[in-house]
Amino acid sequence: MKFAIQINEGPYQHQASDSAYFFTKAALEQGHEVFRVFFYHDGVNNGTRLTTPPQDDRNIVERWAELADQYKIQSVTKDENGNETVQTELVVCVAAAQRRGIVDEGEAKRNGKDATNIHPKFRISGLGQLVEAAIQADRLVVFGD
Amino acid sequence: MSILHTVNKSPFERNSLESCLKFANKDDPVLLFEDGVYAVLKGTSAEKQLEAALAEQSIYVLGPDLAARGFSEDRIIDGIEVVDYAGFVELAANNDKVQAWL
Repeated sequence: MKFAIQINEGPYQHQASDSAYFFTKAALEQGHEVFRVFFYHDGVNNGTRLTTPPQDDRNIVERWAELADQYKIQSVTKDENGNETVQTELVVCVAAAQRRGIVDEGEAKRNGKDATNIHPKFRISGLGQLVEAAIQADRLVVFGD
Repeated sequence: MSILHTVNKSPFERNSLESCLKFANKDDPVLLFEDGVYAVLKGTSAEKQLEAALAEQSIYVLGPDLAARGFSEDRIIDGIEVVDYAGFVELAANNDKVQAWL
């Protein structure tokens, strides 16, 4: 079965990201597909590569990245020449990200910022990606406050 | 069509469980997790509400969230089923939709 996950809360603030992680992990371990994980509202803070939690605490951002790596939470698209593009499906909402200072290279350029902080296993995109995930997946499971 | 309802709020803090039970169809399962697990404890003011709901539908509680708050399974109302994250996934898969009462 195809799952889509939506996360509305940031890490270390609310249990939503932890719950979503354990749900996603359990789904993947059962052999289900996770089509996309969409980070919305404060959930975009799950996508910063600059997070440095204490050594005896879980690293929520890295944990998502490792899960995406291990189970290939990604999509592959082919262009007309047959060239494959692999894209991560840990997706951060662009409007929510702009408000909270989550930046990739494109956004830094567009908005005249001097730094980026998006984790390489995450990408910034629009709300349409959430709508698409809701349509494509068999189940959309939402975690938030 | 069946819907899995998920409630993550304590019934002593918000009324999302009450709203959920009002709107949920008969036989639609309800999963209590995060602070929602406080609802399943025996001897609280929410017990009557849960007992009434159990006559209409299955109620599940997420074991790890219960344990994280220091409650053992012998403190929960009879008839409520404890599941782990794998069980949460199965509930989501076995029903047509998942409605989160955030």
